[in-house]
Amino acid sequence: MKHVDEFRDPASVLECAREIGAIVTRPWTLMEVCGGQTHAIVKHGLDELLPSQVTLIHGPGCPVCVTDVAILDQAHAIAARPEVVFCTFGDMLRVPGTSTDLYQVKASGGDVRVVYSPLDALDIAAAEPAREVVFFAIGFETTAPANAMSVYLARQRGLKNFSMLVSQVLVPPAIEAIMASPRSRVQGFLAAGHVCAIMGTREYEPIAAKHRVPIVATGFEPLDIMQGVLMCVRQLEAGSHRVENQYARVVREEGNAGAQALMRQVFAVRDANWRGIGIIDASGLGLSAEYRCFDALDRFGTTLASRQDDGVCISGLIMQGLEKPAACPAFGKACTPEMPLGATMVSSEGACAAYYRYRR
Amino acid sequence: MCLAVPGRVESIDDATPETRAGRVNFGGVVKVINLAFVPEAVVGDYVLTHVGFAISRIDEAQARRTLAFLEGRS
Ligand code: SF4
Repeated sequence: MKHVDEFRDPASVLECAREIGAIVTRPWTLMEVCGGQTHAIVKHGLDELLPSQVTLIHGPGCPVCVTDVAILDQAHAIAARPEVVFCTFGDMLRVPGTSTDLYQVKASGGDVRVVYSPLDALDIAAAEPAREVVFFAIGFETTAPANAMSVYLARQRGLKNFSMLVSQVLVPPAIEAIMASPRSRVQGFLAAGHVCAIMGTREYEPIAAKHRVPIVATGFEPLDIMQGVLMCVRQLEAGSHRVENQYARVVREEGNAGAQALMRQVFAVRDANWRGIGIIDASGLGLSAEYRCFDALDRFGTTLASRQDDGVCISGLIMQGLEKPAACPAFGKACTPEMPLGATMVSSEGACAAYYRYRR
Repeated sequence: MCLAVPGRVESIDDATPETRAGRVNFGGVVKVINLAFVPEAVVGDYVLTHVGFAISRIDEAQARRTLAFLEGRS
């Protein structure tokens, strides 16, 4: 088994969709939390295979999309400094801040380098001791352990020229915020499988109980998603609201203990401002007191006045499941992946970008 | 962003727990991956990797169970 193709078999996907059709008796609205799932759903047309009663709406689960404009502005200012090598994942290059993006900073002479892993940034710091190497640490819980390990190793290796611009966000507080809205239509969640690989599923128990919603930890292949929907619809039809695990080959109930321990050591929970949504209490991670000396904001930070997203953009409503991209007048016109106006068009995992690519 | 890819562990070098690394084969492309977060993984296992780190060892029995669940209805 290679753990990819087996979970893409079209006949099984169709069969699973048919099974959902056979058990559904009423309309249900489910939210897939993760942008990777949104991308897979739109790409493979999974939502179009579902019976008309089942509606999928797209959650806030794209760390690229929700990165605060103020942090992007800091990134652009730091990356433009002559002594800095600014290392980032490729998906951050085109994300617009107030007046520029990393791509333009690079074109104007900034040393911006795309890396595959934060460990690559450590290697650059070791190889170029005269330069200040900054890593743009964005991500959900999935990415936090990798970023935590990199800071940990930087200290072990005595790399004084390494720092991190941290924009880590956490999924459960965002789900809470979505459910707390009186306008929320979400009746069940497909939780992000790779976040759960790290954190496990227990932190969803109180949310499922409090809001009486089924939450199913779900993988990313077409069959995973279909099965996640089936499990969720089955619960809804039976009137239950438990936490279930569709992705048991990867997700354990307790998550990854080693990764969690390192996250707790290196990071501390703080409030975070989600682009398009606003401040959510205790929904982000910053460096802990012990690792604060690796904070790029302390090392280089300036105070910048940030603009909020353009008035026409409804990406905040889209990420909370209140609207779909087609409802935006700018979609595909003033706003495209090349010239994004808002959060959900900036990354290929944003709902607007996924619809732009596969549904026009 | 949370994309993670399954690959097969071909060799392991654990100099220290934090730098435990291994060669992981992704359908023919072999990369060195940090294995610190999957201390239980052994050569031959599939691991799910994200930004250069293995974040979970893939449980074959559970994978089969998922597929059997699905095949049970076709
Ligand atoms: S299409 Fe662009 S402007 Fe409209 S909601 Fe999406 S990101 Fe915002």
